[in-house]
Amino acid sequence: MGLPLFPPGEDPGPSFAALIRHSDPTRPLLPSVDAERGAVPAVAHGTTVVALRFADGVVMAGDRRATEGNVIAHRAMEKVFPADRHSAVAIAGAAGPAVEMVKLFQTQLEHYEKVEGVALSLEGKANQLGQMVREHLPMAMQGLVVVPLFAGFDLRLGEGRIFTYDVTGGHFEEADHAATGSGGRDARTTIKLGWRADLGRDEGVELAVRALYEAADEDSATGGPDLVRGIFPVVATVTAQGYERLADAEVAQSFTSLVERRSLGRGLTGGAP
Amino acid sequence: MTMPFYVAPEQVMKDRAEYAQKGIARGRSLVACVYDDGILVVAENPSRSLHKVSEIYDRIAFAGVGKYNEFDQLRVAGVRHADTKGFAFSREDVDARSLANLYAQFLGQVFTHEMKPLEVEILVAELGADGKPDQLYHIAYEGTITDEDRFAVLGGETETISDRVAESYRDGWTLDAALRAAVAALAGPDRTLEPADLEVAVLSRANGRRAFRRLGHEELAELLSGKRRGATRGSKAAASGATNADDGGPLRSE
Repeated sequence: MGLPLFPPGEDPGPSFAALIRHSDPTRPLLPSVDAERGAVPAVAHGTTVVALRFADGVVMAGDRRATEGNVIAHRAMEKVFPADRHSAVAIAGAAGPAVEMVKLFQTQLEHYEKVEGVALSLEGKANQLGQMVREHLPMAMQGLVVVPLFAGFDLRLGEGRIFTYDVTGGHFEEADHAATGSGGRDARTTIKLGWRADLGRDEGVELAVRALYEAADEDSATGGPDLVRGIFPVVATVTAQGYERLADAEVAQSFTSLVERRSLGRGLTGGAP
Repeated sequence: MTMPFYVAPEQVMKDRAEYAQKGIARGRSLVACVYDDGILVVAENPSRSLHKVSEIYDRIAFAGVGKYNEFDQLRVAGVRHADTKGFAFSREDVDARSLANLYAQFLGQVFTHEMKPLEVEILVAELGADGKPDQLYHIAYEGTITDEDRFAVLGGETETISDRVAESYRDGWTLDAALRAAVAALAGPDRTLEPADLEVAVLSRANGRRAFRRLGHEELAELLSGKRRGATRGSKAAASGATNADDGGPLRSE
């Protein structure tokens, strides 16, 4: 591997994907197969991830389960990742390509920042991720759907922002909260009922935790807190100070108190939140 | 039919070397040295946007003197090399030694085979991981590579500046002491350099995965005046946020 220098006309610019394509056009960046070869065999799928805005930024959370049909493939899969200092990405869908996509996305953001000397705007980052999802569309047609959720702190506007995606790479900014994956619908309903514009950090975290709990309660593919093995969802915040993953102990504490409250009402949610 | 004049190879090399040296000597110099918590790079550079010191990878920094467009091209190539390697293999597999060798090969190639040598001198600095020492690779315009483990001086009057740094150098000194010595060495006895004349960056173990950080003018002024001793104490919040953000690659579980 020599020093990657390019003549002016062929310079790939600050794009990492273009750089890889330039140096080896035959190597696909993300997993791919020809449609003629038939359907892709079953692979692990990740499930529910949520994001919501609070007063200082955004909270993002994801359960830890990956399923392969009706089998639990992984109990401790991570679906929430830092994209860079001030943004986070969460994934739902085919686990393999999704994790690859996150890795490519992280590298792309850092590569751009280093080559250009400034980080991309939040809008620019959201757009980049959309392009990656769009390029993945042929594989989505083969059953390897990847649907990310992107959230970050917009340093120019001074507020948290959330973006959702569809399989074609179309991305939409969500006003206050979003959820995706098989349990997304239940999670969304929970957040919708509990969300306020002036949520504090702890309240935001509690609401995200509650949303995942409700999703796991209704959706078999979403994992709840695993008290036996001590596996808890990944919860992270992104604020002006940057991405911060909550310690497992804090998430565990949040779940334990939620479970206690639920036990008092014998599983009924009415009354106590 | 025209016949090219015969020029002795010694003369060709001598002329090229002289040409490159002249180009480099026109620019201002740069000092890099290790301190108790990492590596400090101080460049005399009044520009705020055209950087001489930059980040290559998690623990690797780049610095160049001479012709800006030439060393900046090398910097971008270094970022590309490192990111490609880290993406294909693992972040730990990216090291400064192999990058420094690539730079040396390229500079040597250009020096012997092209009409015009590159008028640059570059430095690849690496923060040692797991108890390994910090390393400074100094690569000259003709591809000569030297590795230092204390300090390196790039640019025009390197000898006098080197002597000044060597005189004040102490093992395990703090950031503020190292910075004051480096600035004094660059300035010499007859001048004083203000924070606005300087571009300063550190590779610090306190910064988490991405060790590279630029020091702003305000922070520089405080360090130079002795109001502050370490680099990251004041900006702990931002730094710790960054640390958390950068320690969680998708394939790295904790």
